[in-house]
Amino acid sequence: MTLKSWRELPIGCVVSEPGSASEYHTGSWRSQRPIWDNAKCIKCGICYVYCPEGCVQQGEDGFFQANLDYCKGCGICAHECWPRAIKMIEEG
Amino acid sequence: MGKRVGMEVAVAVAEAVGLCNIDMAAVYPITPQSHIAEHLSDLVADGRIDCEFVTVESEHSAMSAVIGASAAGARSYTATSSQGLMLMHELLPIASAMRLPICMAIANRAVSGPLNILNDHSDIMPQRDAGWIAIFVENAQEAIDLSIAAFRIAEHKDVMLPVCVNIDGFQLTHMVEPFEMPSQDEVNRFLPPFVPHATLHPAKPVTMGAFAMSDYFTEIMKAKDEAVKASKKVVQDVFDEWGKMFGRPYRLVETYLADDADILMLTMGSMGETAKIAIDELRARGVKAGLVKLRLWRPFPFAELKAVVKNARKLIVTDRACSFGGPGGPVFSEVKSALYAETKRPLIYNYIIGLGGRDVQVKEFIGMFENVLADTADKAADTYEFWGVRE
Repeated sequence: MTLKSWRELPIGCVVSEPGSASEYHTGSWRSQRPIWDNAKCIKCGICYVYCPEGCVQQGEDGFFQANLDYCKGCGICAHECWPRAIKMIEEG
Repeated sequence: MGKRVGMEVAVAVAEAVGLCNIDMAAVYPITPQSHIAEHLSDLVADGRIDCEFVTVESEHSAMSAVIGASAAGARSYTATSSQGLMLMHELLPIASAMRLPICMAIANRAVSGPLNILNDHSDIMPQRDAGWIAIFVENAQEAIDLSIAAFRIAEHKDVMLPVCVNIDGFQLTHMVEPFEMPSQDEVNRFLPPFVPHATLHPAKPVTMGAFAMSDYFTEIMKAKDEAVKASKKVVQDVFDEWGKMFGRPYRLVETYLADDADILMLTMGSMGETAKIAIDELRARGVKAGLVKLRLWRPFPFAELKAVVKNARKLIVTDRACSFGGPGGPVFSEVKSALYAETKRPLIYNYIIGLGGRDVQVKEFIGMFENVLADTADKAADTYEFWGVRE
């Protein structure tokens, strides 16, 4: 989504397109991101269960990853993962 | 021509607002504003105006209700004072950010504590940065005229901002004064119907007052600043229109005997009337004294102020509030900042006067002029003083 300049904002910042929130990605301020080591992952899904944002998703191969459009980098998935398959790394 | 009448100013303000075809009012009573609330409520209850009067449980609710009503496309009005305005405080920047042209009367009163119901400007000053257009009036006629003109300013398509009209509590609100009340026909001609920039309606769904993160917040604040600054031109245009139609022109900064003055005094609100009498007496003694009245507090009329004070040697700024531990009174601070970069500017003196309803008489205004004139070494320039304080 291209960010608008102040001149392009509608008066009063009225949002006139219904459902446009789906285009708004809320993970932009993340300072760390989770990385899965699939060699250690046992596909238990505890990361999926604990993610407070509901943005950990299971792929067709059964392994997990975070949707980085919405992941805030809180690290709860890495903290809860008992096989220690998730590591938090600094965002570039 | 309107009818010349005598009436209590608060009641007259409600009458004037009643001519403005308001759709909704939510006013919580508080001294010395209550007579506006009571009389507006009477106008609705007596069927004299077709308006929804929402009886709310606080000023916080009053401001919330007018924000909602204005967002729905209703011409909305409220009025308050002192603690009521403080309770509205958190909502004021929301009204301006949503660009809702709400109009409000503020019957200026001292903020607690200690509890004090009388007049000063300590209620409006903390609202300075809320993004509202702030107008000050000096007498009944100005209160009537500008309460009506406020809607036209607020609802102008290039403005769409809330406007507050500051009317000194008791000293103005509770006086019975003669003035000319415009007729309904005249107000209808002056004030076109409200055309909102957006409305809450199921036929065309929109979101108003949406959440914004750091990626947009700066741009939104910049847009708001530009909107408030740009409103200055419209305020003068509407004043000019008013002048053409009613023969009473207003300016953003007004003056009295200021053109050739060596020493000027700046006032806001009702005390300008007393200061004028003092200036007449000083002129009779041969002192070239003059008055500057700041009518528009926000947006601040920088260029207009500079133009009228540039030839004076000394400028006395009166304040009706104090910025504790700061540079003195808030008006003083603003005027100093306005003139900071000018190579030719007057020496500025600050008197904090009339706090919590303390009377300031003609002889005291003369005393302020005399004090400043006696400061031949300019030692007291750029300082502030609580006028008349017991040491």
